[in-house]
Amino acid sequence: MIEIKGVHKSYGSVAVLEGIDLQVKSGEVVCLIGPSGSGKSTLLRCINGLESYDQGDVLVSGERVDRNARSIHDIRSRVAMVFQRFNLFPHRTALENVMEGPIYVKKENPQAARKHAEALMEKVGLSHRMNAYPDELSGGQQQRVAIARALAMNPQAILFDEPTSALDPELVGEVLAVMRNLADEGMTMIVVTHEMAFARDVADKVCFLHSGTIVESGPAGEVLTTPTHPRTQDFLRRLLNHSGEVQA
Amino acid sequence: MILQNALDFLPILLKGAVVTLQVTAGSFVLSSLIGLLFALMMVSKIRAIALFAISVVNIIRGLPIIVQLFYIYFVLPEFGIQLTAMQAGVIGLGIAYSAYQAENFRAGIQAIQQGQIEAAESLGMRGAMVMRRVVLPQAFRIALPPYGNTLVMMLKDSSLVSTITVAEMTRAGQLIASSTFENMTVYTLVALLYLAMSLPLSFALRRLEARFSTRRTS
Repeated sequence: MIEIKGVHKSYGSVAVLEGIDLQVKSGEVVCLIGPSGSGKSTLLRCINGLESYDQGDVLVSGERVDRNARSIHDIRSRVAMVFQRFNLFPHRTALENVMEGPIYVKKENPQAARKHAEALMEKVGLSHRMNAYPDELSGGQQQRVAIARALAMNPQAILFDEPTSALDPELVGEVLAVMRNLADEGMTMIVVTHEMAFARDVADKVCFLHSGTIVESGPAGEVLTTPTHPRTQDFLRRLLNHSGEVQA
Repeated sequence: MILQNALDFLPILLKGAVVTLQVTAGSFVLSSLIGLLFALMMVSKIRAIALFAISVVNIIRGLPIIVQLFYIYFVLPEFGIQLTAMQAGVIGLGIAYSAYQAENFRAGIQAIQQGQIEAAESLGMRGAMVMRRVVLPQAFRIALPPYGNTLVMMLKDSSLVSTITVAEMTRAGQLIASSTFENMTVYTLVALLYLAMSLPLSFALRRLEARFSTRRTS
């Protein structure tokens, strides 16, 4: 459903992506891990055209992603994105945030959109906070609203860009729980994350990026427990020493 | 004696005050519309459009308002564009202030975080809809304090249209003063009447700002 073939990107003389190949099948959960600056967020942002790329192809359901083409708006409405800093619309309530895309982009009937949005708020465990404004919600709650906003578009896939990195530690769990449910329901997800436990439990495939290339990828169990590439080993060892979160 | 004079002058001045409010309201609406248009052009990704708007705004800002009023009222008729004093006053003030309004709006628009635009784009919104649904509603809240300040300034500067014979309050005062020589009474009254309009306005704006600031922007 998402195909990335030989994608290169550079900012001036600095290469960020140096020939990325990746295939994501429908219903698959792929986690992108790696040190900061390795290009994983940039790669994610190329998939819905928030970034351009210089070479190669990114295909969504066979359609080439080009941020300057007319087709980009349609592709974006089918591939949702969840951001590190939530990016909820602060001037609208939680429920209005969720209804925004369906009503104004997909031109859905407002009543139907509201019903759907209410169901999604319930799904992310926030039916009691529907009329709250974003600044009245905790970070974890805001991120769950952002996930509901993504789901409201009935997307074919959701891209998550470090969805828990801006959260206080005690709020990470509630967001990951929602994401686990989505994975269980068969949602296609590409997740840039530092949550190794999540990657190990939920991902079908883990890709380790370093300096703009995927140096190692495979089933989560293999990449995270028996990494073969020295860079991956080094990265995971550091993470382990630092947080003790990976029980390899 | 002074009190009697004041009571005699008041109805005339109040009539002028109504015109003052009309000029202010008309030119405020006009300056907001033109200013918003300039602001949108100034943040345009098309360089030529942005440069054009920035140039026009700088030219408008670089000319005294009174010269702009004279030009519209006295010079345009030579090109066959005949306007009443009231029309010329509203259009002149509206254009003159559109430059400041453009700056107010531009600052508000540029204060919106990139993440807001990306979130809107990620929903599949096109440029115009991103502007209308996400950027402008937040930009207005940010621009509200300077926007309100501009309104108060326009209320006072509406007195400038007295120079092109619009019978607003300052002009009414001038006429009374020149025929009665009661300068102190007349201009004290005029000053008090301006305060009676501008102070409540400032207060109302403060209230409005307080209400909007609880619905924060990003």
